[in-house]
Amino acid sequence: MLKSSQRRIAAGALLAAATMVVTTACGGGSGDNGGGKGKAGAAGFNAAVNKVANASDKKGGELKFIGSQEADNWDPQRGYYGFVWDFARYYTRQLVTFKAEPGAASTELVPDLATDAGKVSDDGLTYTFTLKDGITWEDGKPITSKDIKYGIERIWAQDVISGGPIYLQQVLDPKGEYKGPYKDTAADKLGLKAIETPDDKTIIFKLPVANGDFLQMLAMPAASPVRQDKDTKAKYGLKPFSSGPYKWESYTPNKSIKLVRNDKWDAKTDTVRKALPDRISVTFTTNADDMDNRLVEGEYDLDINATGVGAAARQKVLQQHKDNVDNPQTGFIRYAVFPQTVIPNIECRKAIIYAADSKSLQTARGGPQAGGDIASNMLPPALKGADAKYDPYGKLAGAPDLAKAKEALKKCGKPDGFKTTIAVRNNKKIEIATAESLQQSLKAVGIDAQIDQFDGAQTSGIIGSPKVVKEKGYGIIIMGWGADFPTGQGFLQPLVDGRFILQSGNNNFSELNDKAVNGLFDQALKETDPTKAGELYKQINTKVSEAAVYLPFTHEKNIIWRSSRLTNVYTADAYNGRYDYASLGVVK
Amino acid sequence: MTAPLHETSAGEATATVDGAPDAPGTPDNSGASKAIEGRSPWKIAWTRLKRDKLALAGAFVVVFLILVAIFAPVIVGLLGHPPDEFHEDQIDPLFGTPIGSWGGVSSDFLFGVEPVNGRDVFSRIVYGARISLLVAFLAAVFAVFLGTVLGVIAGYFGGWVDAALSRVMDVMLAFPQLLFTIALVSVLPNEFLGLDGSGVRIAALVLVIGFFGWPYVGRIVRGQTLSLRNREYVEAAQSLGAGRFYILRRELLPNLLAPIMVYATLMIPTNILTEAALSFLGAGVKPPTASWGQMLSTAITTYESDPLFMVIPGLAIFITVLAFNLFGDGVRDALDPKGSR
Repeated sequence: MLKSSQRRIAAGALLAAATMVVTTACGGGSGDNGGGKGKAGAAGFNAAVNKVANASDKKGGELKFIGSQEADNWDPQRGYYGFVWDFARYYTRQLVTFKAEPGAASTELVPDLATDAGKVSDDGLTYTFTLKDGITWEDGKPITSKDIKYGIERIWAQDVISGGPIYLQQVLDPKGEYKGPYKDTAADKLGLKAIETPDDKTIIFKLPVANGDFLQMLAMPAASPVRQDKDTKAKYGLKPFSSGPYKWESYTPNKSIKLVRNDKWDAKTDTVRKALPDRISVTFTTNADDMDNRLVEGEYDLDINATGVGAAARQKVLQQHKDNVDNPQTGFIRYAVFPQTVIPNIECRKAIIYAADSKSLQTARGGPQAGGDIASNMLPPALKGADAKYDPYGKLAGAPDLAKAKEALKKCGKPDGFKTTIAVRNNKKIEIATAESLQQSLKAVGIDAQIDQFDGAQTSGIIGSPKVVKEKGYGIIIMGWGADFPTGQGFLQPLVDGRFILQSGNNNFSELNDKAVNGLFDQALKETDPTKAGELYKQINTKVSEAAVYLPFTHEKNIIWRSSRLTNVYTADAYNGRYDYASLGVVK
Repeated sequence: MTAPLHETSAGEATATVDGAPDAPGTPDNSGASKAIEGRSPWKIAWTRLKRDKLALAGAFVVVFLILVAIFAPVIVGLLGHPPDEFHEDQIDPLFGTPIGSWGGVSSDFLFGVEPVNGRDVFSRIVYGARISLLVAFLAAVFAVFLGTVLGVIAGYFGGWVDAALSRVMDVMLAFPQLLFTIALVSVLPNEFLGLDGSGVRIAALVLVIGFFGWPYVGRIVRGQTLSLRNREYVEAAQSLGAGRFYILRRELLPNLLAPIMVYATLMIPTNILTEAALSFLGAGVKPPTASWGQMLSTAITTYESDPLFMVIPGLAIFITVLAFNLFGDGVRDALDPKGSR
């Protein structure tokens, strides 16, 4: 017969495949024989978690970040990614900011541009700040109260300055009366009535309704000053005008950033930023696995995104370079939530919670180190009012409680189980794995859950729309949540306050609308004492648990790489377990 | 020259083409010392196919795979575990990878276990064969049916019918099939045509892959029909007063059977690859139903620590496609020895 060239190619391909089997297998096997200690200078496993590793005051050198995810925007008023808020302190300053301390101590707010943390009126409606002397922009001109007001006003121009947090807008101008500085008819563009600047050194905020977390909102980069003559509007994120210890030298989006020292910044006016390195660089790559390898090889110092070492490199990193690894909590909770419109019967929801196998879900999330500790309620341990031991459904035992699940099913009137659908983002492999784990454990009590993978880019229009959720019959939605600022309000309110149910972009997926819960939020918001507010959030958390609308999986943890060059490294709860970038230094 | 497969002229064709043991395509009459017996063209093709070792090997693997797919529950019952059963005791919770070496291969788990959840890879490969073959076969049948009907109509009737159908085929061939399928699957309802769960996805895959495959068959059938409809035997039938549909059915279709069969066998491996690609991209069957493409896509995250989990489904796809291709080539060579590429 005629031997075609295609056949020879086919035979060659078979040979190639056989070779591939052998070589890849060898490559995989060699991973086991390292096991040695990390390089010299590695501070040890978890050395920078909630404590300072390699403490140092030595200046100089270049701090080299690498990242696989570019910022949404480097404009202080437009960034919403957590790492942007952390990084923004290099080139922005705020009235108050987070204390330069490891762990939980970092959530304390200390004065930055202001001389103190503000004078609050007795009714909690007026905040007055006086600015420090000697605070300047990168061209040497002083930072005035008007610059701060103008910067905050930019948040109102949502048609141009979109994407950032809008808490300040909601709190200072809940009715949306101000139209933003670009449509401002006042000559000085400072028409926002809620902020007054009687002189260049004084700024007064007047709140229509008290909010105990107002200082938290002033600590966000969104409250940074922007000078009017330097405001390039939508293009501001390409070269922000610096008020911090570093200024932008060059920036190519999706490629690289270079910051150099801002010699006009006076260390005496700044108690928070150490400004140790002479230069800071960020390199972006699209290949996360490649990024992990280059970190391990020592080409770069740390991952700016700090989303954790990927599954591919995880084993190598933990077995051979454990001393270069930190494993902090991120403040995120990964969970399943049950829309009440689809599963209205509380006993049916309880059956799901009891039948779930927490241990298997934890493994699907990546195990105790890459995934995190099993969660039993919906308040992250770093927040005031949290109690990681509060475990109303016995999830910490790590095994399903089939007896209780069956009992709940009987009470629900469906002793043989029921059918429902698990909604999961199609672009998150780990979430699909958790969905499969949940599906498997629910099968044991007769609950037949179909997995529906929806387009992860369409989250706000699919699971964010109560109408679509009901139409599609999503009884279980798999999601995760982290706080914008470290209080119960910042974490829980968008998830469980009934007044936060939106027709699109909803985050209160369970559509919990409990008067008692809503009332407790009103009380907690007015409370200026964080400990007392924490007590109220604790009560809210209990009520949410009792409503059986959430099945928490894990308090998320990340495995993050810390190069041996880094000095003065520590994780900060205020930055969701990332390092406090403003304190980092490098050995030359 | 007569059409080699036309029944009325089969005897003639046999005498000229058959009996070429080692020099394919070149008529050689040295073996014709035996008495010439009348053999049907299918018999001749079968004789040729039997001499083609590679094609036979391919056929053997194909039959084996079909048997594996049909008897999947029995095989898994004997040698494996249920395909959806989690075995987390086989998994190192810290890394999510199998505890045992070589991806957890043992006498209990022949091909090892899946990272993270410890499902039996052997069982999932066996059940994955069902999805791959089912989708590929049904899609090929659907495409061949549509392609033959529309191709014959275009070729036989000619004129504006031909022009219209040919343009439709051009449009279909230029259509971004993969993107369309991904978009379609993401808006597909959970229940449809009385099917639910993975049934919906399988039906959708079959319809989409088949629908985008018919123009390939259609073009070939149209070309063959065009060349056949002016042959003497067709004209003879026409002059004897045979109707159009009689001619289509009795004179043209039997002669088209060979190219259609060849194309159908060669279409199956392409369909298998398309199904795997779609599953890989998340547009295949729903979890937890096992499919090879999906296994490959899961394996990406752990390829460094557990390479075997990527190699096994890759090999399954590779062997299946290769076997179908070898078999398909053999069928083509046997049916049409003059054919060359």
